[in-house]
Amino acid sequence: MKYLDEFRDPATAKKLVSAIASVTTQPWNIMEVCGGQTHSIIKYGIDQLLPEGINLIHGPGCPVCVTPLEYIDKALAIAQLQGVIFCSFGDMLRIPGSQCDLLGLKAQGADIRIVYSPLDALTLAQQNTNKQIVFFSVGFETTAPATALVAYQARQLQLNNISLLVCHVRVPPVIEALLDSPDNQVQGFLGAGHVCSIMGYREYLPLAEQFRSPIVITGFEPVDILLGLYRCIRQLEEGRFQVENAYSRVVKEQGNLPAQQLMESVFDITDRNWRGLGLIERGGLSLKDEYSNWNAELRFSVSDIYTQEPSECHSGEVLKGLIKPAQCPEFGGRCTPERPLGATMVSSEGACAAYYRYRRYDHV
Amino acid sequence: MPLIIATVAMIMSDLNLNCAVPLNYERIVMAHGGGGRLMQQLLENSIHPVFNNPILNQKHDSAVFNMNGAKCAFTTDSYVIKPLFFPGGDIGKLAVCGTLNDLAMSGAKPLYLSCSLIIEEGYPIAELECILKSMQKTAELAGVLIVTGDTKVVENGKGDGVFINTAGIGLIESNIDVNPANIQVGDCILINSDLARHGIAVMLEREGLNFEHNIESDCADLSGIVQDLIHAGLEIHCLRDLTRGGLASGLIELASTRRCHIEIDEDAIPMNDEVKSACEILGFDPLYIANEGAFVIFVPEKQVDYALTILHQHPLGRQAMQIGRVKSTHPLGLVTVQTVMGISRVVELLSGEQLPRIC
Repeated sequence: MKYLDEFRDPATAKKLVSAIASVTTQPWNIMEVCGGQTHSIIKYGIDQLLPEGINLIHGPGCPVCVTPLEYIDKALAIAQLQGVIFCSFGDMLRIPGSQCDLLGLKAQGADIRIVYSPLDALTLAQQNTNKQIVFFSVGFETTAPATALVAYQARQLQLNNISLLVCHVRVPPVIEALLDSPDNQVQGFLGAGHVCSIMGYREYLPLAEQFRSPIVITGFEPVDILLGLYRCIRQLEEGRFQVENAYSRVVKEQGNLPAQQLMESVFDITDRNWRGLGLIERGGLSLKDEYSNWNAELRFSVSDIYTQEPSECHSGEVLKGLIKPAQCPEFGGRCTPERPLGATMVSSEGACAAYYRYRRYDHV
Repeated sequence: MPLIIATVAMIMSDLNLNCAVPLNYERIVMAHGGGGRLMQQLLENSIHPVFNNPILNQKHDSAVFNMNGAKCAFTTDSYVIKPLFFPGGDIGKLAVCGTLNDLAMSGAKPLYLSCSLIIEEGYPIAELECILKSMQKTAELAGVLIVTGDTKVVENGKGDGVFINTAGIGLIESNIDVNPANIQVGDCILINSDLARHGIAVMLEREGLNFEHNIESDCADLSGIVQDLIHAGLEIHCLRDLTRGGLASGLIELASTRRCHIEIDEDAIPMNDEVKSACEILGFDPLYIANEGAFVIFVPEKQVDYALTILHQHPLGRQAMQIGRVKSTHPLGLVTVQTVMGISRVVELLSGEQLPRIC
């Protein structure tokens, strides 16, 4: 299949693996930011092809995993109300809140639906005028433009039976927080291709400069990831720290300008709690005041729900790269995809779930 | 709006999020029917212990037993699908093929089927007749008779149009023993056709996703192609159709029943390009997607070429390939896949249903 098979081609991958081996002279810690990349790395076994000493740290780029517990609890509080049709992306339905998950609530009769696009929520609102439609919008800059479009259109059409529970997060501030952290281990980054297809990569230039850390934007197929790693390791070995674009078939320097403009017109940048990582300054997006009529937190008075993360989940250490999932004392024992202690065990893009699904036999 | 705010206020006043459903699910969730680990738990913890008997414990697609000296296969399945008509089939065709295939997987020649209908009040009789005719046509082509049945009507809103249960009975020739217990180390695993067409065709239709595509369900009666294999005199150790839970779940179940290590080759698995694209876009792994006309065959290595020759001669076996082998015994049962990168990784049961990803 064009645009896919060539990026999964074993011969090309093999050449890149040798190229990586030939430029590597010492150990390096490299973080892939995006959960999609983590999934690919573990699924194809890319980490096992690398020279000894190249340590891949699985970053906080799984939108489901970093959505804070308090937002899951807000979602559950709204979804159990009569007259509400609550919708979200499929992955979100299995994330455990403090006491249950959305699938469990659905089993008790709550009207909870999976949508494939945020715009489906708009259609639901038009079709169900006697119901309140609530869309739980999570994700990085990749999904935020579609949410912005829903808010924009709802306002244009003055649709008053739809609202958004917004918990979007931004990548650059979390990279900054990780690099700035005293226990930081990361020396270079693979940047998330989909996020950069929207935002471009100018935001990363000052980060690479300030923290002397190369950032290579790349995609999700094995060849993309290997190329990204090669270019990142080459920079580290040569003592360079630049932003490079290894995903130019998708990412342009300026990104998608209409999408950015739409986001700017609908969202403010805000401080946001990330599950496992805590408060990240400027790490999230929230609806602007002129969209408060479509803000589900206000409409359903759930702004005051604050939930403490359970201390037994070590996902914060996993997301910072301090431990591998299998090094967590609860991994595969008290924490499994059926009974997850934290979100990294739930989403298919979560590092713990990826290890559980593809690597468990290494540990049993 | 005011009504909703009032409800919110009531709940917020004693906000303890008092959901009765803990994460280990005291109530049935959809994933209990998804073919993954939750369904396995339901079978193992709630269903098998109650009915426990040696025939049930064969854990085969059909129950196999002797009756008056004849070796019989007996099976049943209920069919619940939305939409009732989908590209490549309808619930009627599915209800006949599914039960025929379960019989075929035990090496039986299907003979008689039952048909129980649960119909929702208000359902158009003309559509029901289309479904019934489709059942009859599929049965005729397979050379079986639908000889008994039942009809119930439930109130509007209490069903999804039509639910169908079929049971089937067939005869197994006395010298034939197709059974997971016969899987041997060294056996080669063949597949008759490409993967994941049924699940993707139905989902694209159900969700109204605006893909331009020509994907049709692979829904088909496999009893003919299985009889061809049997009559060719092949030494068939085991057969398994790859319905709910797909190839991955089917093989994992066999590996764990037989306590063996099965390895499959990712590159060898036949896939239709359009199905592959749809899976990529939605973030679905085709190994776990349902099929209704795909099955695997376990044969000794020396018979692979002959088996492939027989398969290729049948319209449902044109794409037949060897996709893996039984490598060794294993204390728990293990399935691994050799990735295109030459690395081996484990194939696990999914917890429940595959859910489309965020981005």
